[in-house]
Amino acid sequence: MATREPGGQSQSGRSRREEDIDQAPAPEANAEVTERHEKLSEDVDDLLDEIDSVLEENAEEFVRGYVQKGGE
Amino acid sequence: MSVRRVMGTEIEYGVSVPGQPGANPMVTSSQVVNAYGARPELTRGGRARWDYEEESPLRDARGFSYSGALYDPAEALADEDLGLANVILTNGARLYVDHAHPEYSTPEVTNPRDAVLWDKAGERVMAEASRRAATIPGAHPIHLYKNNTDNKGASYGAHENYLMRRSTPFADIVMHLTPFFVTRQIVCGAGRVGIGQDGNTPGFQISQRADFFEVEVGLETTLKRPIINTRDEPHADADKYRRLHVIIGDANLSEISTYLKVGTTSLVLSMIEEKALPGDLGIADPVSELKAVSHDPSLKHLVRMRDGRRLTALDIQWAFYERARAFAEARRGEDETEEMTFDVLDRWESILDRLGRDPGLCADELDWVAKLRLLDGYRERESLGWASHKLQLVDLQYSDVRLEKGLYHRLVARGSMKTLFGEDEVRRAMVEPPGDTRAYFRGRCLAQYASEVVAASWDSVIFDVGRESLVRVPMMEPERGTRKHVGALFDRCASAKDLLEAITSG
Repeated sequence: MATREPGGQSQSGRSRREEDIDQAPAPEANAEVTERHEKLSEDVDDLLDEIDSVLEENAEEFVRGYVQKGGE
Repeated sequence: MSVRRVMGTEIEYGVSVPGQPGANPMVTSSQVVNAYGARPELTRGGRARWDYEEESPLRDARGFSYSGALYDPAEALADEDLGLANVILTNGARLYVDHAHPEYSTPEVTNPRDAVLWDKAGERVMAEASRRAATIPGAHPIHLYKNNTDNKGASYGAHENYLMRRSTPFADIVMHLTPFFVTRQIVCGAGRVGIGQDGNTPGFQISQRADFFEVEVGLETTLKRPIINTRDEPHADADKYRRLHVIIGDANLSEISTYLKVGTTSLVLSMIEEKALPGDLGIADPVSELKAVSHDPSLKHLVRMRDGRRLTALDIQWAFYERARAFAEARRGEDETEEMTFDVLDRWESILDRLGRDPGLCADELDWVAKLRLLDGYRERESLGWASHKLQLVDLQYSDVRLEKGLYHRLVARGSMKTLFGEDEVRRAMVEPPGDTRAYFRGRCLAQYASEVVAASWDSVIFDVGRESLVRVPMMEPERGTRKHVGALFDRCASAKDLLEAITSG
């Protein structure tokens, strides 16, 4: 990884992640990611259908009409 | 070492009247605020004004050392004549018009969970305000958005406030908070479609606000926005306290994003106060790195440090996390809110770990990831490019405060987004103040003695109890006036007159 360099900070997440790589079997982590992704993508079609049913009509006009003054 | 700290948020909401491009935002914002001010619990006995009197002869007064000092109502009325709506809520919050936006400032709270709860209550306040405004005959529907930019060059704020020890050198705050603020967006960014202030460059970025920041430190909030804002109005004893006014954050819908935003910031402030940070995380060019981090949702961008190292935003967040964890572990048993401190640390660790493996794993917890998941879904299904109006609409409507239209709220309703609080708790927080700050005193005065409260502010409540002059009760200590201190007093006193007599005799 590009951030790897000798004499880097000892406390950082880099050392933590290196530990992870050493200790945690990579396939397990990948399996979790894959499984999670599958679940999420199954879900995504339903999700988008539902979102479509509430989205404002005429996106272009709606987005163009949203004009604010600066605040704070 | 603790997440415990007096804090609060103040959010300016985007306001729009679809089909009426000429609508004056100051007028529509006032309509929204006044519509909410017409709620029954706020109209009993006339509405209390906001007391703008910052410089008070009673400034040094502590707690409830009640005083019958003369108060000039004409002065306060002059402020009122500016015509901008202002409502003090029974939960201790302030709902008002700031510039061209309705704004909700939470009551003062003492911990991250309460900050989330009363911030979320503000969303419901806004939703109901717009619902009420729409019932006025002839009114056009007014839409409100909890976001930070119109994607046409304008930005408006979602500020955080943290009470700090006055004795902490400001230079220390700047040194340590700058790298933290440049990188915390990977946890608490709200996500944005469009790059650049006007959003004209197609693309997705992590933060709503990053492109609007131009300098490292400064007093301004509306132009030349600084990463560290130097405004210092403590609304409390200025010898003891500083109010750190944080303007760099995004307005979050996700309760977990808000929780981690204020929780991790609170932990870092605690380490700064205890001089526990070594100061080895200086970023060479914070303003440009802020944007570069925001523009890279893959989280691979390498930030150039002052000492020449190149670290990802995730590396830098890990470094803050590791130090906070070690610091908290070393002080176990000393922290009255230990459970929450470690809950923040555990969640922070879990989020950083998942962001490192695959940011998509945080799609049900973090705003920018949840939003990106919707956007990527549409991009894939409908072959849309980042310049697509539909994607811009998804970005905008994610923050719509209406439960039936806001995309964030639709995600929550179908179980696709985790929350920290149930709807009943949020509803209660719309009317009830937190019990452990002076907001309790303010809120109960409004709820119970509305006809006798003339005005209120963060640090005072002013009563008219039929005497020759008005009576001002200063509240310079944010952690006094709590349920523990005065709850029984309120239960006992039928009128503000009784209350004031009880305070003086006590």
